[in-house]
Amino acid sequence: MTASASAEALAPSRLRRGATRSGARIFVDAAFSVLLFVGTIVGVVALATLLWTIVDDGWARLMADPAAFLSNYVSRLPARAGIKAALIGSAYLMVLTTLFCFPVGVGAAIYLEEFAPRNRVTNFVETNISNLAGVPSVVYGLLGLGIFARFLRMGPSLLAGALTLAVMSLPVIIVAAREAIRAVPESIRLGAYALGATKWQTVRRQVLPAALPGTLTGTILALSRAIGETAPLLVIGLPIVIFSLPNDLRDPVSALPLLIFDWTSRPQPAFAEAAAAASIVLLALLLAMNAVAIYLRNRYTIRW
Amino acid sequence: MTQGRTHVSQDEDQRETRIVDVPHGREPIPDAPAETVFRLDDVHVYYGKFLALRGVNLDIGKNEITAFIGPSGCGKSTLIRCLNRMNDLIPGAKVEGKIDYHGQDLYGDAVDPVEVRRRIGMVFQKPNPFPKPIYDNIAFGPKVIGMQPKSMDELVEQSLRGAALWDEVKDKLKQNALSLSGGQQQRLCIARAIAVSPDVILMDEPCSALDPVSTGRIEDLMEELKRDYTIVIVTHNMQQAARVSDRTAFFTAEAAEGSGDRTGLLVEYDRTDSIFTSPVDKRTEDYVTGRFG
Amino acid sequence: MSIAKRSSRTGERVVVGALFACAVLSIAVTVGIVAVLVVDAVAFFRESSLFDFLTGTVWAPGQGSGEGGLYGVLPLINGTLMIGVGAIVVGLPLGVLTAIYLSEYASARIRGLLKPTLEILAGIPTVIVGYFALQFVTPSLLRPIFGEDQVFVFNAAAGSIAVGLMILPIIASISEDAMRSVPASLREAAFGLGSTKRQVSLRVVVPAALSGIAASVILAFSRAVGETMAVTIAAGNSPKMTLNYFTSIQTLTASIAQTVSGEASAGTVRYNALFALGLTLFAITLVMNLISARIVRRFRQVYS
Repeated sequence: MTASASAEALAPSRLRRGATRSGARIFVDAAFSVLLFVGTIVGVVALATLLWTIVDDGWARLMADPAAFLSNYVSRLPARAGIKAALIGSAYLMVLTTLFCFPVGVGAAIYLEEFAPRNRVTNFVETNISNLAGVPSVVYGLLGLGIFARFLRMGPSLLAGALTLAVMSLPVIIVAAREAIRAVPESIRLGAYALGATKWQTVRRQVLPAALPGTLTGTILALSRAIGETAPLLVIGLPIVIFSLPNDLRDPVSALPLLIFDWTSRPQPAFAEAAAAASIVLLALLLAMNAVAIYLRNRYTIRW
Repeated sequence: MTQGRTHVSQDEDQRETRIVDVPHGREPIPDAPAETVFRLDDVHVYYGKFLALRGVNLDIGKNEITAFIGPSGCGKSTLIRCLNRMNDLIPGAKVEGKIDYHGQDLYGDAVDPVEVRRRIGMVFQKPNPFPKPIYDNIAFGPKVIGMQPKSMDELVEQSLRGAALWDEVKDKLKQNALSLSGGQQQRLCIARAIAVSPDVILMDEPCSALDPVSTGRIEDLMEELKRDYTIVIVTHNMQQAARVSDRTAFFTAEAAEGSGDRTGLLVEYDRTDSIFTSPVDKRTEDYVTGRFG
Repeated sequence: MSIAKRSSRTGERVVVGALFACAVLSIAVTVGIVAVLVVDAVAFFRESSLFDFLTGTVWAPGQGSGEGGLYGVLPLINGTLMIGVGAIVVGLPLGVLTAIYLSEYASARIRGLLKPTLEILAGIPTVIVGYFALQFVTPSLLRPIFGEDQVFVFNAAAGSIAVGLMILPIIASISEDAMRSVPASLREAAFGLGSTKRQVSLRVVVPAALSGIAASVILAFSRAVGETMAVTIAAGNSPKMTLNYFTSIQTLTASIAQTVSGEASAGTVRYNALFALGLTLFAITLVMNLISARIVRRFRQVYS
């Protein structure tokens, strides 16, 4: 029951409806309820319309020849264009990004939650991390362009792309991991210390395993956001037209959202259909990742 | 007069203990402890500027059960946490005066709190088993302190037997410890504590979250445990102190002149039968007869 | 029975050092962002005057290396603000209404359905929302209502709606948190005096949660300002000083996206202009995020 519901049940207005509420008041109350409902429903309807538009526009194109769509490279002819390079590219990027930002993010979270003394340096680091979480993704792209692609001479490569996405996802993972670590009750740590375990032994053997489900869930959610990001990859200069898969970290790589952006920007309606079809694939991928995250959370979270 | 106690082997370097079932009775205890484990000399405990406990002088005897009793807020839990340096974990906590453990200064510069806690174990008010299988709960301690027993399975069994839990869980060692009942979880915590072969077991209100039946079982257990370990227990339950302990220390809290903050202090410390039948201090008498607290 | 210090536990110290390095890496990221933006922006301002940048009303980098182009940032700021304000106009009422509904009116079951829906809306990749704005909002919503000749193919209104939908979950979720933390006793007092739910919501809860709602709006605005792909797709790439929502405009972010799409070689004015834009964007969003964080901290203090 909401707080209002339980309080309202005792309100006199319930008892003497006619006596305390004039007709005008009742009307206004009802109108407000309707307004609230409409306001809420608009968001839901908008989401439904969005999903419907994508599916409606792209389903036929996708189902016409799904195998071809998934295994063709791009083409000037929309009918022959496929998402192979982009899809595989996104997959590579996802794996590599995780490899970079998961250990660093979890490590930072462990340090901040378990080892960092309460002082100015720690506060500064924490404020810095929350600020980083609010930096627009396109600025991360500029960071990737200026430092990874140009200064470190990685060029528009898989490595540069993954590092950029990793840096962008880092604050989110740190926050998720910290929350998961914080959720472990202090009594567990005390129990371990009382047996003569050191702080790191306690963290490694009791706190981390208990915090792992929450951390993994948060990581998967952070990565699913990263996979849908276009701007950073666009700014680094990852190609859209590419006819090979990367063999090496320094090879260029494409990505699904980049392709969707390119096709959406073209005037031919056939490319719009292709964009919608690719969007369906992207959404399906995201749905799968989120489903895994939610499954992990429900199955493995410890109920203290 | 008691029946003969079986000699319990506690080999220093092998750290093996054997608990043998033998019928026992209440041995009469000497006026002062025969062998002292802890000697507290004018101990004060501060949390920041606040003086939580002042001027504590007492000796804790080996293989005895010592109870700390008194109303809430008089520093019993604070004191017991000082005995295994768990108080170090509270920011701003400071101990003044001397606490000697087998003649060594517990708070000396060269002393490692982690080593301290390997020898002085603790059981908490609310059972806190790890969210892992029962077996892993017991095996954790020996593993992290580097015990390397010949057979971990045997050590786990011994510890569970020592906590009178083995028969109930022997078929489900792989089950998660959180699936046990409250009383079983607390006995698991006791088993976990004795698995590392401590010298002392501190118990901070171990039964206050448990039902009377579980409480009774743990009280019986304590009687057996004291043969191999020194036990210090904080309890709110006077009758429990009277039932299980050999010596009792009564604390109370009094406000310093002018300030509103109440500081804990040790009022009286004696053999349990003396405390409860013929207390010296009036405050003790008022407390144990139920006139207050 | 010695309790003396054992080995200095160097292994543990190494581990903690590594964890500390992970935490400090976040500082390196910030330094990297600031360095890359400032260094190249300064290079830009050596070629092109800062005064012209801040006061010029034409943004036309021209061809090639961009020498001799006009680099007045005002049209881009204009475009960014139009989208930002437009997005708030869409997202604020819907978000707050949704928040009131979730906090004060909805049953637990409806909350259980609505909150994941909002999370889904928040998780839709921005390219896909851009597609939706271009392919549905403009042709099927704006043009039928406002007339084909009034509404351009690319227009700021579609961009505003797209971004508004994206920030709706931010406003709804943070405002709802703020409303839920209003103590039940305040509501009960009002109900006890005979107020209806509408009156309690509008006169007690919303005012009490105002700082949380304000923080959410600022955060959402910051997010809208930083949004790249949806506006690039839907709102066009024509920098101009205008207040007409039915014409195409260009935002700071879209300008960055456009510049990188056309081969900009390092060191040219055109390339450095990117970083001047990035610096402007970074400064704006940083300030807004700091203000929002300040407000959030203060409102948490009030009720904790």
